[in-house]
Amino acid sequence: MIRITVNGVARTADPAGPESLLTTLRDRLGLPGSKNACEQGECGSCSVILDGELVCSCLVMAADADGSEVRTIEGIDDHGTLNAIQEAMVGAGGVQCGFCTPGIVVAATHLFEANPHPTEGEIREALAGNICRCTGYGAIVRALTAVAGTEAS
Amino acid sequence: MDITLPRDLEAALAAAAAAPDATILAGGTDLMVGVNYHGVRPSAVVAIRRVAELQEWEDRFIGAGVTYRRLEAGPIPGLAQAARTVGSPQIRSAGTIGGNLGTASPAGDTLPFLAAVDASVVLRSTAGERVLRWDEFITGPKRNARGPGELIIGVRFPDRLPRRQAFAKIGVRSAMVIAIASCCVTRDEDGTTRVALGSVGPTPIRARRAEEMISAESRPTEATLTEFSRLVADEVRPITDHRSTAEYRRYASGVMARRLLERVLS
Repeated sequence: MIRITVNGVARTADPAGPESLLTTLRDRLGLPGSKNACEQGECGSCSVILDGELVCSCLVMAADADGSEVRTIEGIDDHGTLNAIQEAMVGAGGVQCGFCTPGIVVAATHLFEANPHPTEGEIREALAGNICRCTGYGAIVRALTAVAGTEAS
Repeated sequence: MDITLPRDLEAALAAAAAAPDATILAGGTDLMVGVNYHGVRPSAVVAIRRVAELQEWEDRFIGAGVTYRRLEAGPIPGLAQAARTVGSPQIRSAGTIGGNLGTASPAGDTLPFLAAVDASVVLRSTAGERVLRWDEFITGPKRNARGPGELIIGVRFPDRLPRRQAFAKIGVRSAMVIAIASCCVTRDEDGTTRVALGSVGPTPIRARRAEEMISAESRPTEATLTEFSRLVADEVRPITDHRSTAEYRRYASGVMARRLLERVLS
């Protein structure tokens, strides 16, 4: 049995053997927003913020997350409304099939919390671990550079 | 599965002694791929990411639990450059230098730097401490000399690191790739030059004939640079696999080493 704080709420779960935090979140805690795609850290669609660090939840052993604080896409909104990054993604057409979107939004949120005005280069580097198989990177980067610019003004 | 989550080194060593064949879990970026893809089901796990002593970084010692993210922001240029090429921000937040050594992949991105500066690996168990030079520790592809009940504590550098250091890596994109070939070149004020390469042999390789030749050149000419490149290409031992061919790796090794040498000379 592990105890973790997920999006500010204390939860318990009983992961099976070495199962990943991604599996625990999706299958045991009813949080399917983090997506399961590559399961080897290549695609970033399962990105979560674990004790302040951006990680792939597929590469975290759930049993080793005991006592940790996790933020998932379900806890990233702005008190029930879309946060600035989510608004910008919608506005710029940064969402196509949508499968990579939760991971992109989590990674971008993590970036903007540390660096509110990233350059385009910094945005691209911060998203290097998030793959969009629709190849919609142009609109995603335009959305995020707009957020960086808005906050700069 | 029996998992222990020690918070200090004494508890970690006790856990490793109690289960000498336990799987050691650090960042999980290698182990969990095995769990997710290859049916790895460890019966005992010692998870070391909470162990405070392994997070230490003093001058010439880097604790095994130091992440690529910290290395990337650290003061050692060759190691910072190498760490920045690892995976993605997500991987670099989790993966550690101790894990890179524990996995001992021929493609481990920090290993050419550790080989170039003749770093040692500090191992400890409840029975005591062992310090092995990098080439005593890494014994083959994905094989190392860590014994039952031992933990990798960290890496130790010689008294002084070379002033000029440069690292480069070849892959099919500029992020999220396993090295097709990688190289670290260092040079001291007295001309002493070291060249280490990854992914072009079963373990990291030092190009010692090339080192010897170029270390004696105070102002390398076009001819000596060309000869240096040729010697490096001659000394690597690459294979053809699903990532690249032996021929390409050999050629790329010479090109990379020469470019890095020019960088540390400038």
